[in-house]
Amino acid sequence: MPRLTRYFIKTALIYLAAAMLLGLLLALRTTIDFPPELLALSPVYFHLFMVGWAAQLIFGMLFWMLPKYSREKPRGHEPLGWAAYILINIGLSLRVIGEPLNATQSELGVGWLLVVSALLQLSGGWAFIAAVWPRVKER
Amino acid sequence: MTRLSVWTVRSALLCLGAGFSIGALMLTQKGAPVDPNVLRLLPLHIELLLFGWTLQLGMGIAFWILPRFSREPRYGDVRLGWAAFALINFGVGCAGAGQWLNAPVSIILLGRAAEVLAVVCFARHAWPRVKATGT
Repeated sequence: MPRLTRYFIKTALIYLAAAMLLGLLLALRTTIDFPPELLALSPVYFHLFMVGWAAQLIFGMLFWMLPKYSREKPRGHEPLGWAAYILINIGLSLRVIGEPLNATQSELGVGWLLVVSALLQLSGGWAFIAAVWPRVKER
Repeated sequence: MTRLSVWTVRSALLCLGAGFSIGALMLTQKGAPVDPNVLRLLPLHIELLLFGWTLQLGMGIAFWILPRFSREPRYGDVRLGWAAFALINFGVGCAGAGQWLNAPVSIILLGRAAEVLAVVCFARHAWPRVKATGT
């Protein structure tokens, strides 16, 4: 299993645990008084699950299992894969911090965190597509 | 990888790119509001990523890695696979864009029906290939 795949999958597992924990906390909001920042985490919950867990697990598996690019470079453009990993994870982390703050304390002016998060995740997504596209081929 | 898998997986990757692009637009709108209409893209974002990316990728990989038959046609009835590919993309387009553009409900229903038919075609294609290896 390539190192990048291991990073993607282990990070995905951490996001899965975080998403499930956050889901539990959100379910408890009717019985326990939580700070408003926590209650604003619903969109973050979905994205921890779908981007942090599902997409990263799939990315890791695709990077591992897709047909080899060539004998010399079996995984193709590996630096693009690493760029995707780094960009998506920094972008998602910024969203986790920025979205509840922006929703509950907009006077702090942290909206730029979401803009940066969006750009990083967008770049990460397209970097991954560019990394694996040449490997999606007929034998 | 078969030609059907190549087309299906590449189409799934394009849906991923489109879904991420729309998601980035919406997240940017939350952080630096410009046009609230951007947030109306949410159903298209969900449609692209849930059905266009996740479901279609699963179908494409399954066409490729499920056990083959020992005699021709080794990949089973590939026409069903191509029908699933066409229908899922048509369905995502109709249902996703239809919700975004407030199209008549018949367009959205047509998209949903195409998605259901795509899954039926995929299941009919895949069912006989879910078998013990070598049989």
